[in-house]
Amino acid sequence: MSDDIVSTQMPGDGAGTPAHGPHRDLGFHHGHSHAASSHHPGRHHLLSVEGLSVSFSMYDTAASYWSARKVMRTQLHDLTLSVHAGEILAVVGASGSGKTLLADALLGLYEPNARVAGTIWFDGELMDAAGLARLRGHGISLVPQSVSHLDPLMRVGEQVIGACQGRERACRRARMRALFERYGLAPEVERMYPFELSGGMARRVLLMCALMDEPKLIVADEPTPGLDMDLAVHALDDLRAFADDGGGVLLITHDIELALRVADRVAIFRDGTVVEETAVSSFEVPELLRTPFARALWQAMPAHGMCLGDDGHAEVCEEGRP
Amino acid sequence: MLRFAVGQIVRFASLMVAVSVLTFALVSASPIDPVQANTGQAAMLSMSAEKRAQLAERWGADEPMWERYTAWASDAVRGDWGESLRFNAPVAEVVADRVAGSALLLVSAWILSGVLGTALGIIAGAMRGRAVDRVIRTYCYLLSATPAFWLAILMLMVFAVQLGWFPIGFSVPIGRSAATVTLAERLHHLVLPALTLSVTGVANIALHTREKAVDVMTSDYARLAAARGEGVWTVMRRHGLRNLLFPAITLQFSSISEIVGGSVLVEQVFSYPGLGQATVTAGLGGDAPLLVGLALATTALVFVGNLAANLLYGVVDPRMRAEVSHVRG
Repeated sequence: MSDDIVSTQMPGDGAGTPAHGPHRDLGFHHGHSHAASSHHPGRHHLLSVEGLSVSFSMYDTAASYWSARKVMRTQLHDLTLSVHAGEILAVVGASGSGKTLLADALLGLYEPNARVAGTIWFDGELMDAAGLARLRGHGISLVPQSVSHLDPLMRVGEQVIGACQGRERACRRARMRALFERYGLAPEVERMYPFELSGGMARRVLLMCALMDEPKLIVADEPTPGLDMDLAVHALDDLRAFADDGGGVLLITHDIELALRVADRVAIFRDGTVVEETAVSSFEVPELLRTPFARALWQAMPAHGMCLGDDGHAEVCEEGRP
Repeated sequence: MLRFAVGQIVRFASLMVAVSVLTFALVSASPIDPVQANTGQAAMLSMSAEKRAQLAERWGADEPMWERYTAWASDAVRGDWGESLRFNAPVAEVVADRVAGSALLLVSAWILSGVLGTALGIIAGAMRGRAVDRVIRTYCYLLSATPAFWLAILMLMVFAVQLGWFPIGFSVPIGRSAATVTLAERLHHLVLPALTLSVTGVANIALHTREKAVDVMTSDYARLAAARGEGVWTVMRRHGLRNLLFPAITLQFSSISEIVGGSVLVEQVFSYPGLGQATVTAGLGGDAPLLVGLALATTALVFVGNLAANLLYGVVDPRMRAEVSHVRG
């Protein structure tokens, strides 16, 4: 199964090269298994991240103030994941474990003291920092967490349209109006300021900022904070629709249950790396989970209530369980 | 709205009372004997005792402070600010004359420091951590550690004495009647004092603006803008400026007090006949009515500046507007 992996890096832009190995729709390759909706148009992944490491150069906090030297603090190490066209990949990890850093790395938004290593392929092309910068808003779009990502002093319509001039501006305005209509936002919302938006409106506006740029991949960073499960699943319908139309979604969340309900595949994030990347269906049969951590996670979920004994036979220990 | 206006008026009145009482108290506590200060040592010695007593009475040197204050205040509320003993003219007239003399200097220094400081702050904030940022910050720390009078003397030595580019002092050429002075000549005399005065404000405004610019550039909305492909300067133009405008206005109006304060020293060094110089003269001459008049005039100036900043908030920030209409409605 691992014979599919071609790990040699292509020099230059890699455009047009049959880079990065053949990809079949099923089976296990690049360290992950597939869901029914995972496709490989053009025989490659939409996004493929291999061996991504992000570390920061900072002063050693353990040393005394006067003698502190700069040390490298690693936040992401050897992280590998892939997003296919037509699917939602949920990256699930504890809050504050550095998942947002993954979003920043994909968008090429690095702090000046960051050191980034690894390989990122987007739509069959090998990316460098400049390539990722070009993709910002032109292929990869971010759906951020909260309304604080909107400029408090700029009208909503103006923000959705984004930075542009002249004829493009008129084009984008028309496109924004169409999006407003499609997502059921009243035309008045265009003239509102972010503080006047309700939570649901703000979420749709943030999504529209992304859709405005007609991305191939959406990176959604905790897009449903503070919503209960059913509302959150409902709020993610729009991302589901985007994926069903052939786009790819990288959904970053701390909520494994939410991930299992909306995503096609799940990447389990722990200690700065992805320990297991698998189809959601694997969670129905825990034997399909490859790592002990994923199995432990499965057991810890409320619906399973630690009901699996060590010997693998089910124990009835919680009411409401079939 | 009415409530706001009444509140502001009450605040203004109590500020005026406080400043006038404080000024009177300081003048009374001052060791300067007005009679001696205004007649000179030699005249003082050759003066008869009656003459001295007469002068002391005219200057009110022996009256207790509260008596003098109540006498002044009862006149002041009727619009009579008293007589400047030093200039032998009504205080209102002297103050108006001096304000007019200083206006050009204060306004040009104020605008210059605002524009220069804000521009430097924005550049440093957008390029934070880079060499440009470091140069600007070092320059600002250096400036804020520089006393205004020392800088004034330095400017005078270099540009007026050694290079001879600018006159060594005064607001108009020496020995010419006011009617024949041209605008160009006035501006020529203005350059050095205005530059010196603005420089002291630049550091403060630039460093504050830089902090705000850094806040904006590291904000969530700047992150989203960057994630949508906007470059640093586009983010600054689209989001930075409108979010910086608000604190910049506050800073700009609160810096009025610094400019007025700095003018005392700068005008003294450049012998520029304005508010600041008159304040020094009044203080050293024990001219209480004039000093109070000048203190009240500058206080009013600063108060109006802060009030203008408050009112402008509402125009600039939509959140404030909504709050106001909410309160009204």
